[in-house]
This record gives sequence, structure tokens and C-alpha cells, in this order.
Amino acid sequence: MLSIKNLHASIEGTPILKGINLQVNPGEVHAIMGPNGSGKSTLASVLAGREEYEVTQGEVIFQGKELLELSPEDRAREGVFLAFQYPIEIPGVSTTNFLRTALNQIREYRGQEPLDAVKFLSLMKEKMALVEIDQKLLSRSLNEGFSGGEKKRNEIFQMAMLEPKLSILDETDSGLDIDALRIVSNGVNKLKSPSTATIVVTHYQRLLDYIVPDVVHVLYQGRIVKSGSKELALELEQKGYDWIKEEVDTAKATA
Amino acid sequence: MSIKTKQELVQGLFTASPSNFIALREQGKEIFLSQGLPSQKSEEYRFTPIAKKLEQAITRFFPASPLSLSKEQVQNALLDGFEGDVLVFSNGYYHPEFSNQIEGMEVSILSEKPNTPIGSIAKPEKDPFLSLNQATFSDGIFISIPSKFICKKPILLLNFHQELDGQVISPRIWIEVGDFSEVTFVEQGCSLGSSPYFVNKVIEIQGGVQSQISYHRIQHEGNQVIEVSQLETDIQRGAQFTSFYLSLSGDLIRNNLSLHLKGSNSVGNMYGISLLQGKSLVDHHTYVDHKEPHAESNELYKGIFGDYSRGVFNGKILVRKDAQKTNAFQQNNNVLLSEDALINTKPQLEIWADDVKCSHGCTVGQLDEEALFYLQARGIEKTTARGLLLFAFIAEVVDKIQIESLQKYIITLIQERLGSKFRT
Repeated sequence: MLSIKNLHASIEGTPILKGINLQVNPGEVHAIMGPNGSGKSTLASVLAGREEYEVTQGEVIFQGKELLELSPEDRAREGVFLAFQYPIEIPGVSTTNFLRTALNQIREYRGQEPLDAVKFLSLMKEKMALVEIDQKLLSRSLNEGFSGGEKKRNEIFQMAMLEPKLSILDETDSGLDIDALRIVSNGVNKLKSPSTATIVVTHYQRLLDYIVPDVVHVLYQGRIVKSGSKELALELEQKGYDWIKEEVDTAKATA
Repeated sequence: MSIKTKQELVQGLFTASPSNFIALREQGKEIFLSQGLPSQKSEEYRFTPIAKKLEQAITRFFPASPLSLSKEQVQNALLDGFEGDVLVFSNGYYHPEFSNQIEGMEVSILSEKPNTPIGSIAKPEKDPFLSLNQATFSDGIFISIPSKFICKKPILLLNFHQELDGQVISPRIWIEVGDFSEVTFVEQGCSLGSSPYFVNKVIEIQGGVQSQISYHRIQHEGNQVIEVSQLETDIQRGAQFTSFYLSLSGDLIRNNLSLHLKGSNSVGNMYGISLLQGKSLVDHHTYVDHKEPHAESNELYKGIFGDYSRGVFNGKILVRKDAQKTNAFQQNNNVLLSEDALINTKPQLEIWADDVKCSHGCTVGQLDEEALFYLQARGIEKTTARGLLLFAFIAEVVDKIQIESLQKYIITLIQERLGSKFRT
């Protein structure tokens, strides 16, 4: 589904990603972990098409298409969804109105008829239950005055509405208490299917107790330096990142 | 502008002006000659180079003549889905043949009402364009609404403009609204040509005790228009006046808006949206005069400026010594979409009473790129996303429009300008 080859990206001339290789197949959940500043969020942003990042080398193929050639909106329409680490507050735009615009533009791109108000509302009701989000919240301005947990739940709600093929969760666990974490993870798990894939970017193992990954990758200094099963995450939780850093630094020294 | 041009301007206009209201016209002429057109040294016109603009765009000055309109032209210019009565004007002259008879109110041409105290609200010495209009106005309109008259449907003042050979269009409107009456006006211009023309318009409104008056102006005639207008209102005890400006185009537009709250418990609301592109300049100069206690004024203007467009906002609030317990609020927020767009904004509060609540604020910002990316990342096309964000910025002002059909129409105009549809 997603194939990243030798991806290099920089921001304002500073290289952040220095040769990422990653293969994600349908039905898989990949976790990307790593210490602060290793490039986790940059990877998520580059995949979603944030303009500040300049891709200097490499390619990303998503379902046979050159992802990096597409505008952010076309990536979303092709089925890429980024759950933001810091969801933006947009005064004056209600979640409902915004989502209806988004969903209908996506449907138009895919050659589907737009949803009328009635069908849209019933779809919304169905998806609201998934993340236990209140309708009152959705008629308010997008994320404005929402708590941290409400914002993250709203992200997963949007994901449920837009039914992406590849979801990238950027530190979705940050700022969540245990209850919110459980609700958000439940939502993500219910949306999983053999034809969709998920990339979970996280700093902590905690989230992976709820969203169980098939593969865990460790990102360090802009490269994936280690990949393994879900047990790798547990090991990281116990031992921290220092041993990985040492391994990488020793390898560098001997090279 | 040189003294010679100034003389010529008035001479040309004055000799051909209608021969009514002779004394008033003489007075206007005299005052204008002593004032002259404002240069950019004039504080009130510092950011609005009107004299220079007139000199460049118009070479000869004559009063404009009425146009011969067709029924079709009038039909085509009507607002889509507009429900109300229509009064039609061309170059400042009234066309009763295309206008609705509105039962219960008087609508006459001004020359038939020689005792109309024009100039008593918009006093000619305050601004050279006021004195110029008083000296040279075409035969304008007199509208009188009796007491206790509730006019449910809005009244549309539809103005056709076309300039030929440097004619100056000088409309004059007098509106008196009786005690306890309610009325809503919508004014819209319609350009029949593409060469530049100059409109110098004066509207005077007298609002009786507990009357409710709203006046909407839609400015989207095109980029060939140079316009100076004065909308000046006196209202009495318990009355409410609301103005709404939607400015979408114009070469140079100067809107002078003055409101005198002459009675206690009166309310003044002044709202405006400027959505400009190209090289348009729109200047809003507003003035609220709190004369009596327990009155309230609310002012909210928002502007979005693209390309090389410019905006000016100057909002003056005067609270006189007797106007205790006044509530006066003023807000002006702006978004600049390009490096070359510009807004000059200036609040002016002059408060002589000691027990009042007054506040003002102005902001200038840019489009939030993070928010734009967020919307795009959800599959919304960039133009739509921009439109959605910009509409959200001005929605608060749009929501002030009370008449649903009018609000819908204004939303359509705004959405056309923002290049996307997102509110149904």
C-alpha cells in the first residue's frame, strides 16, 4: 500500500529525514517510535504534504501513485489521513459544516454523488458513537475551546467519517488521560480492516497496549535504525532509547 | 488639484445644475469654494487621494443626465430572490415609471418638496463633498414614512449609473421616518458602462421617537467607480438605526457615515464588510455622536484585502457630557492576503461624560496557514479552504443582517467573491 524509499527531507535547509525506507501493507499496523527530535512528526508531516518540508531525495508510492506529487487535498482524497498532534482551532467553522464540505469534495474526487443533509447526518450519528463524541461539540466551532481529549477524539471522529485507507496517527496519545486513551484507541481499532493500514507515531509504549502493532520501527537521527515485533516496544519502555543510540553510534564508529 | 480646476469643476457643474433650491445651492457653492477639494494634507483624507484620482480619471465636469432605461435592464439588475419594493434611479434621477408604488408612504422627487430641510442633517460646512453636492445635486428623492407605519418588506433603491464625457453624478436622498415606524432600505448600484465615473452622493435620514431604521449598501459596481458618499442620520429617543456596508469593488470609494443619537435609550449599529482585490480602495469614515444618556452604539467592521487593495477605517465616537451611562463599542478586524495590500485603521474616542462604557479594538492579521493546511489535509481544495476560513472571519458581521432573503443574497455575493460555496 505504501512504499517509502530512501526519503530525505529538510526544513529551512536543515536535513531531518536522512533516508527512510518503509513498506506498509494492507491490514498492517506500524508503530514508529523514537526519541525526541528523531524525525517522527516530520515523517508524518511529509506524508500529509505540509509545505514547510522540502523533500530532497527519495520517493513515496501510495497505491501505485507518486504521493509526493500530489497536493495535500489530493492525498487526503486518495485515502491518506493524518491525525494531527496539535489539532488546529478554527473559529467560525463548525465541525459539521467543515466535514460535510470535506466529505463531499472527497466523494466528488472519487466520482461519487454528494451526500445530502439527511444521509450525512445519519452517517455522523453512526460514527459519533465510535468515539463517544457529543453532537453539541460538533456544532461548535472546530476544536475551539475543546479539551485536549476532545480534540483528539474529534481527530478520530473525522478519520471515521472520511474512511481513509492509510491513517497516520501523530502522537495521538499525547495529552490524553487513560479514559480518553481507551476511547480513542477503541475508535481506531474498530476502524481497522484487512484493506486499511495504520501508522502510529508515538513516543511511549502506552498507546501500543491498546493499538497493537504488527511492526515496531525505531527512528533515530532521521533513519529507521531498528525494526521488530511488538516486543521491541516493551523493551524500549523498559530500557529507554539509550541502548539503541549506543548501538547506532558504535556501528557508526566501526564503519 | 489646482485652484483653476477647482473653479472649473464647480462652474461647469453649477451652471448646468437644476434650477431649484437656489438659495441652498448658492450656499453650497460658496462653502465649497472656500473649502476646495481635500488634498492629502487634509487629516480626514490623508490615506485617500480623492482629488488626485478625480484629476486623473475625469477631465471635464458636468452634471449627469438621466438615462433612458428599459424594463429589461431593471429586471436584470434585480437581486435574485429579492422580496420587496423597488425604487429605480439613473444617474441620481428618480424613475417613477419603473418604481413600485408603496402604499402608505410618500415618495416624491425633491423639487416637488421645496421646503425639505436638506443640509440640516448633513451640514455643508463639514466636508467639501457635502457642500459640492448641495450646490450641484440632481433632482433627488424625498421619502416620508408616517408614524406607526411598519414596512415589513425592504425597499430597494436601485441606482443605474453611466458616465459620458466627465459627467458627475450627484444623487441626494432625504428620508424621514415617523415615530414608532419601522423600515429597511437596501441600496445597490448598477453600472451600465465601463468608463470611469464619479458619484458624489448624500443621504439624510431623520428617525422619529422609537423608530427602527436599517440601511444596507451594497457596493459592487465595478472598478471604474469613484464614489464619495455621506449617509447621515439623526435619531430620537428610543430609536434604533442600523447600517450595513458590503464593499466589493471600486476604484476609490469613500463612505462617510455619521450618526447622531439625539435621544436617550437610542441605539446605533454600524456594520461593514470590505472584500477587496485589484487596486480598489475603500475608506470607511464613521462618526457616532452620543448626545443623550443611556444610549448605545455598536460598531463592527471587517476587511479582507488582496492584491494591491487598500482599506481605511477611521471610527470616531464622541460621548458628550450629558451622555452618561453610554455604552459604545467599536471593533475593526482585518486580514491582509498579500504583501502589497494595506489597511490604515484608526479609532478615535472623545469622551466627556464620566460614567460610560466604551471600548475599541483593531487587529490586522494574515490568513492562518496552519488552519489552511488542516482543512486541505481533510481533502478540501485550497481555494475552498481559503474561502471557508475567510468566510468564518466575516461571518459574525453577516449574521447581523436581520432579513433572511437579504442575508442569503449577501452571502451569495461574498461566496462568489471568495470563489467557493460552503454555506448552504
